[in-house]
Order: sequence, then C-alpha cells, then structure tokens
Amino acid sequence: MTTLLKAQSLVRTLPLTVPVTLVQDISLEIDHGEFVAIMGPSGSGKSSLLYLLGLLDIPTSGRLWLDGQETSGFDEDTLADIRLSKLGFVFQFHFLLAEFTALDNVMLPMRKLAKLSELQIQQRAEQLLKDLGMADHRHKRPDQLSGGQRQRVAIARALANDPLIILADEPTGNLDSVSSANVKEILRDLATHQGKTIITVTHDPVFAKAADRRIGLVDGRIDDQWVHPGLQK
Amino acid sequence: MRLQLGIAVTHLLARKRQTLVSLSGIVLGTAFFLAVSALMQGSEKDFIKRLVDNSPHITVSDEYRGADIQPADMKWPDAAVNIRSVKPQTEVRGIRGHQQKLAFIESIPGLRVAPALTGSVVLTFAGRIQGVSLTGLVPESMREVSSIEEKMIEGSLEALNVNPNGIIVGIGLINKFKLAMGRNVTVTTSDGVVRSMKIVGIFRTGTANYDETQTYALLKKVQSLLNRPNRVNRFVIQLNDPNKARDVATIIEQRIGYKSVSWLEASEDIMSLLTVRNVIMYSVVTAILVVAAFGIYNTISTIVMEKTRDIAIMKSMGFHASDIRLIFLSEGLIVGLVGSLLGILLGLGLMWILDQVTLPVSQFGGPTHLPVYRGQRQFFIAFGFAMISAIAASYLPANKGGRVHPVDILRGSM
Ligand SMILES: Nc1ncnc2c1ncn2[C@@H]1O[C@H](COP(=O)(O)OP(=O)(O)OP(=O)(O)O)[C@@H](O)[C@H]1O
Ligand SMILES: [Mg+2]
Repeated sequence: MTTLLKAQSLVRTLPLTVPVTLVQDISLEIDHGEFVAIMGPSGSGKSSLLYLLGLLDIPTSGRLWLDGQETSGFDEDTLADIRLSKLGFVFQFHFLLAEFTALDNVMLPMRKLAKLSELQIQQRAEQLLKDLGMADHRHKRPDQLSGGQRQRVAIARALANDPLIILADEPTGNLDSVSSANVKEILRDLATHQGKTIITVTHDPVFAKAADRRIGLVDGRIDDQWVHPGLQK
Repeated sequence: MRLQLGIAVTHLLARKRQTLVSLSGIVLGTAFFLAVSALMQGSEKDFIKRLVDNSPHITVSDEYRGADIQPADMKWPDAAVNIRSVKPQTEVRGIRGHQQKLAFIESIPGLRVAPALTGSVVLTFAGRIQGVSLTGLVPESMREVSSIEEKMIEGSLEALNVNPNGIIVGIGLINKFKLAMGRNVTVTTSDGVVRSMKIVGIFRTGTANYDETQTYALLKKVQSLLNRPNRVNRFVIQLNDPNKARDVATIIEQRIGYKSVSWLEASEDIMSLLTVRNVIMYSVVTAILVVAAFGIYNTISTIVMEKTRDIAIMKSMGFHASDIRLIFLSEGLIVGLVGSLLGILLGLGLMWILDQVTLPVSQFGGPTHLPVYRGQRQFFIAFGFAMISAIAASYLPANKGGRVHPVDILRGSM
C-alpha cells in the first residue's frame, strides 16, 4: 500500500483576540484504500482536522501532501480544483441543494468538472443513485427524502467525480440505527471493493469498528492512548 | 457558464413573489421612462419644428454685436485704460456692400438666403391710423426662406411682381380697418413721403400682433419709399439642416462682421426651458430606476443570505469564488434583462395609448394628437439604465457571496 495523504506537524490557530488552537502538531499518514475513523471527545478538534485534510481550511503551520503533491502555498482556486476532482465530502446534516432534485444534486460536481458529456453525466448520476438504492427517488427534492436517503444522495454526490478520498464528518450522527448501519456498509464497501480511501469523524463505536484504523484526538492532539468508552474491553 | 446560469434561474424561480416584485420595479421604471420621454421628446421636437419652420434659421441684421476695439486698447491691451461711452456703431444706411455679402452667404452650401429692408411706416385708411412694419422683399427669394406664402389666405407674393405698387397685409389689419382685397391704403414714411398702395394679398399666421403690424411690399418699392435706394438691412437665411444654424451664423458673422443671430440664439430662453424639462424628466426616471435597483439589491442580498449554506456546499465541492459571483450577478442580470424587455413592451403599449388620445382641434391647426416620439436613443438609454442598475444592485451581494468561507459555515452548523 502506498501513502495517499501525509500530514506533518499541522497546526491550526484561529487568530482571535485570545488565539484559539484548534489542532496542534498533527502528523499522520493515510494509505490508498484505507478506512480511517477519527474519534475523540466533543470539542477535541476532529472536524477542524478533517477540514485541513480535506483542503477546506489552510493550516497555520505544517505541511500536507495529497497524492504526492505538496499543497501548501496553493491558492483558493487551485485547492477548489483539487477538491473537485480528488475529494468528496459527506457531512452530518445532508447539505444538499434544496431546490434541486437528488439527480441534479449528484450531477452538480460533474457539471462543474465538465469532463463528461451531459448525457454521460446523467447516466453516471443515475447509476450512482441506483447503486445506493435510490433509483426510485432520483427525481425527489431533499425535503421529500428521509435522513438516511438524503445521506445516501450525499454519498452519491461525493462519489460523482470518482474521488480518491471520501471525507465524512459524523455521517451517521443524525441517523437511526438501521440507516446508520446502511451508511456504514456503503462506506466499508467503497473502501474494500472500490479502493476508495475513507476518512470519517465519528462518535459511533459500532461505526468506528468497521474502520481499518482509529485515530484518537484529545485537545487538538493525536492521543494513541485514547479509546472510545464504547470500545473499551 | 450554463451551470451557473441554471442555478441562478433556479434560485429566482424558487422565490417567485420576490422575483416578481423586483422585476416589476424594473418593468415600471423602464416603461415610464419610455412613455414620458417619448412625450417629452415628441413635444420638444414638435415645438422646435414650429419654431424652426416659422422663424428664420439665421437673421443677419445691420447691427454690430459690440463696440469696435478702440485704438488705445489695441496699443496697450493690458494697460489700465478705461475708455467710456463707446457704443456699437449703427448702420443707419443698412448693410454696407450687401451685394458682395449676399454673394458670400450664397456661396455657403446648404442654405437659401433672401435680402430684406424693413422700416416703420404709418398706414391710414378712412380716418384710421396704424403704425406698421413694412418689409421690402424679393418674392422669388423670400418664398425660399419663409413660410409667408403658405400663410396667404388671399392673393400671393407673386402679385407684388405684377403690381409693383402692391402691399400684402395681415388679416388683423384687414379686420381692424374693414379693408378688403384690391382696396388702396395710404402709406406715410417718417420722411413725410406719402404713397397710395393697393392690397394684393392677405395672410394669417395666427399670431394677432403679427397679423396686425407686419406688411410686405416689393424690395425696390420699399427702398425708394424709405429713401434708401439699393440698401437692405436684413438677410433672412434658411438652412437645409436647422441644427447647423449656430455654426453657420458664427461663420457668417466672423466673415461679414454684422450680427448674425441663429434661431437657437434667438430662442435661447425657450431652449433652456426645454433643457430644464429634460433634467426634470431624467431625474424623476433616474429616481424610479434607483428605487427599482434597491428592489433588486434587496432580493439578491436576501437570496445570498438565505443561500450561504448552499454557497458553502458548492465551494466545498470545488466551486470557485468567481462561480458564486457569476451565479448571483446572473440573477441580477436576468432580472434586469427580462425587466427591461418587458418594460420596453409595456412602454410601447403606453405610447400606443398616448397615440390614441386626441386633443380638441385649435383654430389655427396645431396637433390633434399628442406628439409621441419613438427615438432609438430612448430605448437604448432605458435598456442601458435598467441593465446598469440591475448589475450595480447585484454586484455587492454577489461579491459577498463569493467571499463566503465554507469552513465558517460548516463550523457554525455542526
Ligand atoms: N470560531 C471559533 N471560535 C472559538 N473557538 C472555536 C471556534 N470554532 C471552533 N472552536 C473550538 O475549537 C475546538 C475544536 O472544534 P471542532 O469543531 O473541531 O471539534 P470537534 O471535535 O469536531 O467537536 P464535536 O465532536 O462536537 O463536533 C472546540 O473546542 C471549539 O470550541
Ligand atoms: Mg465536529
């Protein structure tokens, strides 16, 4: 296995009157096709770390390599282009565009990338939704879907441009146990059978168990000793 | 571009009522501007047309505009010399060397010129007395430069050639003196010359004063009557293009020295009144469109505010700040475009309604319809103004949308 994502001494500080440190001295490596769960107490900086790894936020110091490319110093538009073609995001709340149907939401990143024809884009979006069991709901708008269904649309959208990495922030946080299990299986399957790298933040010990590796985060630092209470033996 | 436009249209369609309100602002602004300016320009053009048609485009008279520069001033231009009581020279004898001057004016292309000699005389008939202004003219050339011939209700200018002792008077004088065609009136000049002249024509301009105090006779006749043989004191000039009057008047005055007044200069007070009217119209319409622009601004900033989450989603997905700006600018642009096009349609409708309005016919003709002018320029101004205000109104919110940081929104809502 080869390293896909490498972080070295990442620090993110908010320049407020009293500066707030979100993450402190984070170094880690994540391989191709690995399924990693980031865990830790509330407020420990899990989301902040995910934004840094997902190139949504820029570290105050430290370096980050993605797919062999050093990303520090890239401007906003370049980072956006990398996000568009190599990364996919799934958040706790569905974050779909309310006025667009499930199908349109999934087509959006492909339309922005504009690598495929409109017909190919539609076919791929329909296939993705079908793979996730959403074929019948593709013409519904988000407010006509259940939480679990919305999350599956969000996953389909994250997969649209065939990214290397899916970054998810508590994707099951808002779902019942049946839907949670469903989302867990989908992500696990993506890593195992499609070679996608999955980085997910989660509070859910059952979900975390499905991951190849768990990273503990306490007060913005990696803490290998920290184990979720639900996972302690 | 198509993607951003599609999102823009979706945003607008999702809030129909708000979109309609900001749309109607632009529609009404554009339509009212078109209707009002069509009427304003129409009446202005109508008015100027009458002014231009009924008065000489340029009148050259035997006066000077200012006093001659005095020798002392010429010698010491910067000296503290003050020469008082210098008056412009008056040419009691008329325009000097008018033959050559006439030839010069005739050499300028695009104009027609007629010489005239005007003086004051007293008309008497059956014990009634009236001081009038008698203008000596050459029928062939005067016909080319004035509308007097069209105003003739009896007789013609030509009759002066047939009867050198003829005189043409206005209907006002005829009524006052109880005169009729073919009757003789007595003309007395200030030098005491008394002649009997025969009425060979009657005109009516509709202006009471003019119809009572203006009379016409043959130039040669008036020259001898006023004892100014071979003199004229006025050139009346008509141009093919009345708009060139000011320039041509300047050229003539520079060359021949005599005061040359264009119709623009002669009606300066009226023209400035028209300018004031235009300023008022444009201010009112600008105000309407500014209000409309605020409507657009309001709509689009509301959309941007409601859509910060969507902006965060799109940006995290890989949309650039410029894509976001384009989305919201297009929303303003669409409102502006649709609004001004509908506004032009409504404006045309209003113009059509104005066309249907009939006015009571006045005694002397005049417009029976409202003068509605459909100039290309107004349409461009209306369209341009609507588009500019729409773009300006959406620029700020669009920029604000482009600056949204996805992480700020994600942090806030997690
Ligand atoms: N704008 C801000 N101003 C001040 N402090 C902030 C701000 N944003 C985040 N923080 C702090 O930074 C720390 C890390 O936040 P972060 O959201 O990354 O934690 P988290 O591990 O994702 O928490 P949770 O499990 O509740 O989602 C928290 O202590 C939070 O209070
Ligand atoms: Mg979090």
